[in-house]
Amino acid sequence: MIKKTSPGYKAVVSPYLLWSILFVIAPMFFVAYYSFTGSDGAWTLENILALGKYTPTFVRSIWHGLLATLICLFLAFPLSYFISKTSANTQRTMVALVMLPMWMNFLIRTYSWMTILQDTGLINSMLAKVGLGPFQMLNTRGAVILGMTYNFLPYMILPLYSVMSKLDQSVIEAAQDLGGNRYQVLRRVIIPLSMPGIASGLTMVFVPSVSTFYISQKLGGGSFDLIGDVIERQFQQAYNYNLGAAISLVLMVLILISMAFLNKYSDSGGGVVV
Amino acid sequence: MKDKIIIDLKNISVKFDEEQVLKNLNLSIKDKEFVTLLGPSGCGKTTTLRIIAGFLEPDEGQVIFEGKLINGLPPHKRKVNTIFQRYALFPHLNVFDNVAFGMRVKKMSKAAIEDKVQEMLTLVNLKGFEKRHVESLSGGQQQRVAIARALANDPHVLLLDEPLGALDLKLRKDMQVELKSIQERLGITFLYVTHDQEEALSMSDKVVVMDNGIIQQIGSPIDIYNEPENAFVADFIGESNILDGIMRSDYKVEFSGQKFECLDAGFEKNEKVDVVVRPEDVVVVSKDEGMLKGTVTSVVFLGVHYEIIVDLKGFKWMIQSTQVQDVGDEIGLNIDPDSIHIMKKSEYSGRYGDYSCFSEEFYELSEPDEEEE
Repeated sequence: MIKKTSPGYKAVVSPYLLWSILFVIAPMFFVAYYSFTGSDGAWTLENILALGKYTPTFVRSIWHGLLATLICLFLAFPLSYFISKTSANTQRTMVALVMLPMWMNFLIRTYSWMTILQDTGLINSMLAKVGLGPFQMLNTRGAVILGMTYNFLPYMILPLYSVMSKLDQSVIEAAQDLGGNRYQVLRRVIIPLSMPGIASGLTMVFVPSVSTFYISQKLGGGSFDLIGDVIERQFQQAYNYNLGAAISLVLMVLILISMAFLNKYSDSGGGVVV
Repeated sequence: MKDKIIIDLKNISVKFDEEQVLKNLNLSIKDKEFVTLLGPSGCGKTTTLRIIAGFLEPDEGQVIFEGKLINGLPPHKRKVNTIFQRYALFPHLNVFDNVAFGMRVKKMSKAAIEDKVQEMLTLVNLKGFEKRHVESLSGGQQQRVAIARALANDPHVLLLDEPLGALDLKLRKDMQVELKSIQERLGITFLYVTHDQEEALSMSDKVVVMDNGIIQQIGSPIDIYNEPENAFVADFIGESNILDGIMRSDYKVEFSGQKFECLDAGFEKNEKVDVVVRPEDVVVVSKDEGMLKGTVTSVVFLGVHYEIIVDLKGFKWMIQSTQVQDVGDEIGLNIDPDSIHIMKKSEYSGRYGDYSCFSEEFYELSEPDEEEE
């Protein structure tokens, strides 16, 4: 084993250290710095104090993020379990299929949903053929949640699948053997043992959902302001980096708190697997 | 009621893909018996156990438990419990919760669960370990938790799938004694799967020797050892010299160019047979007094006795003797009539040969250490 003080150890570690400083610590530092300074560069709490009026937007974002995350969990849990029980070859194929949409550009995927959902889109034109509709689907709350669920579902499936595929089959058999029916085995063994995967899936879906701006713009039609949209406008249109940074900082803190919360409740399984 | 049949397997056949794992297996197990399924890897013993536990449905045949057909009944409705090969404890629960699992899913009262868990932990000598995390326990302790967890459900039959395979030799011996005494104290049926013949002989009331999905012999440990049914059983259980012989008449057999008195009868005149002589039953005498004469080719000291290989006209015998011989010496061998066991020829005849490739190194290699599936 290499001693932590040896020159070799330092040489091996330094690129990663440099990377972390440049691309993780420095940006965070700038976010914090901008949050507490005005446009003139002087220290101020103005930005933070101005956040009060965005409270409804924060609440809306968190609420929609949570909804999308829970929907992902309910869709992904049975699917991941099903995948983990198939043969090794089928598992590989299914996982590849789950990841396939991720290879396509995020913007293109969201645009496709616009053309599917709009009043003259795929669904409505099919419904029109049987004399129904058109229904307004685009620019609704449902469309935004659909967009989040669709885009972030793989981030729920993959950690769940990776934990479930390592579940010891004999432990599940032991639970059946001891008298557990399907529901009891699920509740008392499979879910608790999948907690690390559930926790990391929740984090990996919740974080991008809560901070997204593109989905709400395209599928929510601007009627639907999420906190990501506000941040984007501050940087792109208002050029108020300081306020944008302050909102980002608060969002970051909120996300950190929710992750810490999750970690605390999934500790029995050995922490979050990403 | 004594001698009540608790499990009855009738004409069980199982195929995995194209491989026939069990072929028309019939087995009756009496209540309160300690029965061992013994055989090499892939002989179908674990499959048999999984059929009784309900994890596997046979392609053909009937599984009868306490007089009722239970084909298709899911595992959680069967009154049997299993000790799994690698314990299969619940890693997210502590010792108490592991043992309480079966009672909790049956919605027993808190007080009853508490009492039963204490009783079970006392039974397996793990009192005071209630709050310990199962992954912090040693292999032997985990094994005890698994036993307590299964027995807490008052199973009518306990199924044990190579439960001691992962323990070291000393611990294995202790656990054998302990399992046997638990079985006697609780008076429940144990169905035990192992590939370790010593384990099978020392613990069981009845041993079922299996190979290739077929039961080769069912009998008491003494019967299995002294009266093997065919060359497979003779070779698998203990060491044996298996020779080609001819029954000249009742109680007279000829092998190694000599006629011997024996205790077996009922064969055709001049029928070809397999003759088994156990290494410890051969008496070493001086070369002039022996019925057979041979040359010592190897001597290995094993503590209790020497293992001596003797070349007898090209066939190498194994002999166990407390007296040392020198390599190259010519010695005489005598065999008493009751040390000779005659078997009918079977598909296993001639498969095992003599001890000519025997060496110390080979002895170590042949120690069974494989795991099934």
